Amino acid sequence: MPTTLESVVRERLAERDILLMTHIVLGYPSFEASLEIVDAMVEAGVDLIELQIPFSEPIADGPVILHANQKALAAGSTVERCFEAAHSLSDRHRIPLLFMTYYNIALQHGLEAFAKDTAAAGLRGAIVPDLPFEEGEELLDALAAHALDPIFIFSPNTSDARMRAIAERARGFVYCVARKGVTGAETDFAALDAYLQRCRAATSLPLALGFGVKSATDVAAIRGKVDIAIVGSETIRRIDEQGVDSVGPFLRGLR
Amino acid sequence: MPESRGYYGRFGGLYIPEILVATFDELIRAFEDAKADPSFWAEYEALMSTYSCRPTPITFAGNLTEDLGGARIYVKREDLNHTGAHKANNVMGQGLLVKRMGKRRVIAETGAGQHGVATATMAAKLGFECTIYMGEIDVERQRPNVFWMERLGATVVPVTEGSRTLKDAINEAFRDWVTNMDSTHYALGTACGPHPFPEMVSWFQSIIGTEAREQIQQIAGRLPDRVYACVGGGSNALGIFSGFLEDEGVELVGVEAGGHGAGSGRHAVRLSYDDASVGVAQGYKTWFLQDRDGQMQHTHSVAAGLDYVGVSPILADLHEKGRVRFEAATDTEVIDALARTVRREGLIPALESAHAFVQAFKEAPSMSPDQVILINQSGRGDKDIFTVADAFDDPKWKAFIREKARAYDA
Repeated sequence: MPTTLESVVRERLAERDILLMTHIVLGYPSFEASLEIVDAMVEAGVDLIELQIPFSEPIADGPVILHANQKALAAGSTVERCFEAAHSLSDRHRIPLLFMTYYNIALQHGLEAFAKDTAAAGLRGAIVPDLPFEEGEELLDALAAHALDPIFIFSPNTSDARMRAIAERARGFVYCVARKGVTGAETDFAALDAYLQRCRAATSLPLALGFGVKSATDVAAIRGKVDIAIVGSETIRRIDEQGVDSVGPFLRGLR
Repeated sequence: MPESRGYYGRFGGLYIPEILVATFDELIRAFEDAKADPSFWAEYEALMSTYSCRPTPITFAGNLTEDLGGARIYVKREDLNHTGAHKANNVMGQGLLVKRMGKRRVIAETGAGQHGVATATMAAKLGFECTIYMGEIDVERQRPNVFWMERLGATVVPVTEGSRTLKDAINEAFRDWVTNMDSTHYALGTACGPHPFPEMVSWFQSIIGTEAREQIQQIAGRLPDRVYACVGGGSNALGIFSGFLEDEGVELVGVEAGGHGAGSGRHAVRLSYDDASVGVAQGYKTWFLQDRDGQMQHTHSVAAGLDYVGVSPILADLHEKGRVRFEAATDTEVIDALARTVRREGLIPALESAHAFVQAFKEAPSMSPDQVILINQSGRGDKDIFTVADAFDDPKWKAFIREKARAYDA
């Protein structure tokens, strides 16, 4: 297995022109279901998966993922159980798995312990959407000490200078938010070109595009422009409406 | 990039999603410009002296002083502000800032509805569109405030996620802002949240302390020995404390919402009980009522305005430095203090403000008659008649409401 997340991504990019990253909330609707959903995602050929440790105040998430966070917590999702689930998933699957969670979860776990336990669970890195790099030095050091990659975020209103500052700290790939707003709303993909050119100019890392990617048309629209398509809320919405069995056919139909 | 990230000791900061960084940069610049421009503060004072009731007076509570037989008790009358509380100071100040930034729409969170009504009032006066986020439970509990917000032209959005109270309304307001930042300003209601909100809200509220320091010396002939203020997020406390921070002889006392008391799990005490721990949520670092995993807990207070999981990072720092002492008042003590103040002084403090009176009443008897106590009456209670009547469990009020309901059904 190659040593870095970036090299795993590049290796897979040699085989296909766009990768798929999906998102689940651990413990939603149950831990059993979380494991089944990830199995179905991997079977459908997904390349990377974000495992969200739920938080009571997920300010960067839209209604679908917010609701999933609340339900998971109400059903008894704890950080300890999330680590256990992540561990069993990384035992079962070879694709890179990442934690996505808010900073307070890592802070209360202990930043060093969070990094250590994340590495021990077999994950490759973490996305912490409410942690700007200016506040993140301690967590970044802890992640680096355990060979984990911090996934940073670009947004359309991030200045060129700030993109370069973020790129200096980013590892693995960069998560490009397609538009203003929270996860799970509509995005006009045609208007993205200038923004994505700025992203490319700021970093040599692979680019992932998220927020509003929900159909084969969307994926086709960004093919050749980015390396990874992120499908977050839409998968959760489908599971809510049509059950776990709908995951495979939906994801296979995307590219 | 801002030079300061708004740290007070180890508290505060700016923990926000990347999409909001440019918006905060803009807000910090606008705030710094306004602070450096003397005409801005002059405009603010002029507005507050003609549209609200500034300077608000200080009242000598002679009967309570006599009853308690200790220190002389004075009350700073923030209840006399337009819309009935200190919230107006912050909201009108942010309104002038919104005009300066050229934005057309304001959004706000509200718990009990005071900040929502104040924001909707400001929007009506200054000509902005206005959306207020309010937990679904609070919308149900606070119909009179919802009624006024809607009459004032605001759209009131009930928040149905999470605990459906104040913190969830804050999260929802952030979600709106992330989507509409070009046209919209988020008028956060207290000295919490990401930088520059704690500093900015405290700055607007400092008008209370600046007035009070001058007034108390005129009226009482000296600086106060102790200043009492209730603490939810902390904006009225920081407002009055700011006038006395440099006066070492003035003891500052913040009173938190003890709800059902220590160990009950039903309170909103972050600093004076042992139940909170330091964390990061809603964009800033402070003491939060949270579980071991970092999930925010449910809070409780008879006073909805104090019913919040976090506390101003500025107060957290002043607590750590020992400059402000923190105490808690339980729901029962608060009702007693409110009843007593109404009966003996004809003053009607809001349930929030009554927390400050509780602690002052506990301490006044052991102080000497030449000592001076100043209590910040942050808001008035008479407009919260539904909540206060419930808190008093008033049988005649209940009969009246039943009769009223029958008349509507007829």
